[in-house]
Amino acid sequence: MIAFLIKRLYHALLVMFVISLIAFAIQDNLGDPIQQMVGQSVPESEREALREELGLNDPFLVQYLRFAGNAVQFDFGYSYTFNQPTTEVIMRHLPATLELVAASTFLIIALSVPIGVYSAIRPRAWLSRFFMGVSIVGISIPVFLTAIVLIQIFAIGVSVAPFPADTGWGAWLNGVLSTEGGMPAYGRGDPVHVFGTWDTNFASLTGLTYLVLPAVSLASIMLPLFIRLIRAEMLEVLQSEYVKFARAKGISLRRIYFIHALKNTMLPVITVGGVQIGTLVAYTILTETVFQWPGMGLMFLNAIQRSDVPLIVTYLMIVGLIFVITNTLVDLIYGLVNPTVKLTGKPA
Amino acid sequence: MALLDVTNLDVRFALRRGDVQALRDVCFSLERGERLGIVGESGAGKSVAAFSLLNLIAKPGYIAGGSITFDGQELTAMSDRALRHVRGHRMSMIFQDPMMTLNPVLTIGEQMVECLKAHRRISSKEARAISLRKLEQVQIPSPAARLDQYPHELSGGMRQRVIIAIALLLDPDIIIADEPTTALDVTIQAEIMALLLELCEKHNVGLILITHDLGVVSQVTQRMLVMYAGRVIEQGPTREIINDPQHPYTQGLINALPQMATPGARLNQIPGSMPSLDNLPSGCAFHPRCGFVTRADGSTRHACTDEVPDFVTSGNCRVACHMVAEMLDRERIPAEEIR
Repeated sequence: MIAFLIKRLYHALLVMFVISLIAFAIQDNLGDPIQQMVGQSVPESEREALREELGLNDPFLVQYLRFAGNAVQFDFGYSYTFNQPTTEVIMRHLPATLELVAASTFLIIALSVPIGVYSAIRPRAWLSRFFMGVSIVGISIPVFLTAIVLIQIFAIGVSVAPFPADTGWGAWLNGVLSTEGGMPAYGRGDPVHVFGTWDTNFASLTGLTYLVLPAVSLASIMLPLFIRLIRAEMLEVLQSEYVKFARAKGISLRRIYFIHALKNTMLPVITVGGVQIGTLVAYTILTETVFQWPGMGLMFLNAIQRSDVPLIVTYLMIVGLIFVITNTLVDLIYGLVNPTVKLTGKPA
Repeated sequence: MALLDVTNLDVRFALRRGDVQALRDVCFSLERGERLGIVGESGAGKSVAAFSLLNLIAKPGYIAGGSITFDGQELTAMSDRALRHVRGHRMSMIFQDPMMTLNPVLTIGEQMVECLKAHRRISSKEARAISLRKLEQVQIPSPAARLDQYPHELSGGMRQRVIIAIALLLDPDIIIADEPTTALDVTIQAEIMALLLELCEKHNVGLILITHDLGVVSQVTQRMLVMYAGRVIEQGPTREIINDPQHPYTQGLINALPQMATPGARLNQIPGSMPSLDNLPSGCAFHPRCGFVTRADGSTRHACTDEVPDFVTSGNCRVACHMVAEMLDRERIPAEEIR
């Protein structure tokens, strides 16, 4: 167990080294940070002096080694745009993103498991077919489109009247098709301060309403994938000999589905899930931009527009770290659920 | 009345192109404590017959007709709930591959206790005590430690012992064993079979043994059925059938045993293979592979290709074969003439 964690730490360092190298290598293609920092009227000589001062004229290797030397001491440099240490900037934006991802993950788990299991147990029921159809559509729609549609329906409101309203039915149908809107869809509202730089949306009801639309649209990408994955795995497990044997033992169907089958179904789902939660962090860039959610994703997009290389590199490294951490957690959980797996530091 | 009575069992699989009949007119019975063997090639319907007893045939299979009476109750008419209490309780099963039969993520103890608790109102502690006793009965080394182990920590032979222990947990009346030793090492096969036989004899448990192995059938069972293409073609006391098989198919099976071949020569075999169930030959399903369609005098027995043979009684056995029926008729006529 200890050996396993040490090995993972070593993995994390390797991943972060590679990420920092790649991020640094592309900085020359990101545009000129000086242009973003100073006004139009600043003469070329001053720009050159600033460039020299920031070390931007040094060879790539010198710049990188300077960065790596500082990074080892947890100093990732100063953000050009915020004029603050990049770690501070990121820590200020991290809670918003983590809360968004947590809310989406909760939605995905809470919905995909029951729907996936149901559509595996009753593959021919019309409700299962409906879920399968919707999930295909869900997979195909990009997240920003989902977000915009959600904003139109629930934040702005839809008012349509395709039916003649003079009959009772027409008026009722028009009412069903129209929505009032009013859901918050811009920023985080007034999050409650917890400690340090951590403000939370989970502590108040209004905070939660701000979370609803971004979380739903972020979940909309992964949810169909997980429903289909759980259904496919469960269908396979239900065909297995041990499920037949459990039936021959006279065990109740409920126990067969939720103890015998579900536990085996979840093994591959946990593996995929770990990777996908990491991917979810990446998808926040789109969701946060549409909803102007003040998290890391939005910050990252702004950093790219302003060629804020230190901030970009730090963001990429933090996301890499989150990937490694979630994968380690997933492996730990997998080891708990699957008795045939023993966690060791040795290569498998 | 026998403990288990199966009459005219008809099992079909509802496929898109129409129903395929997997079992036709299967009849057999089992007395309390009796051991019955079911033999036949792959695809003959042995396993379907076993699974249909507890209505465990995989979809789209279903019981289309016939009756299964167990201890005075009609199983085919039973509700799912009532049938669930027969499964694992009065009639339990042993499957073919012990590596696949136990759930990999549950401990041996959990899988035993859940079975007891499904049928009896007892505490987990009592259930564990009973489970331990059954593990001792199947002669597993250090049984107490096994309860908390997972299936992957046990060898194939040990797992099959665990499965036998699970089958015996609730002191059933009948155990249905579907090729219980096929997936095991040859060295373990005899041990497991001997254990199963010993436990069945000791507790007076009936056994329905499905197997390819005629040797095992002759050692373990008192009566046997031979199945071909979803139909029983010969049944009777095991010893009589093994010593004096009547049906050409049974003769072929026994002839195909390695010990029947001349040393150094090729092993005997039945030419051809089992027909597909949705495209059975006319008349006797075995006739395309049978060497007796042509009589000794060179004439063709048209009944073989045209009519499905009925059962005829020969000694203590019942055989479905036109050739046997003809021979019996011929014997009977002179007997009447003498009188």
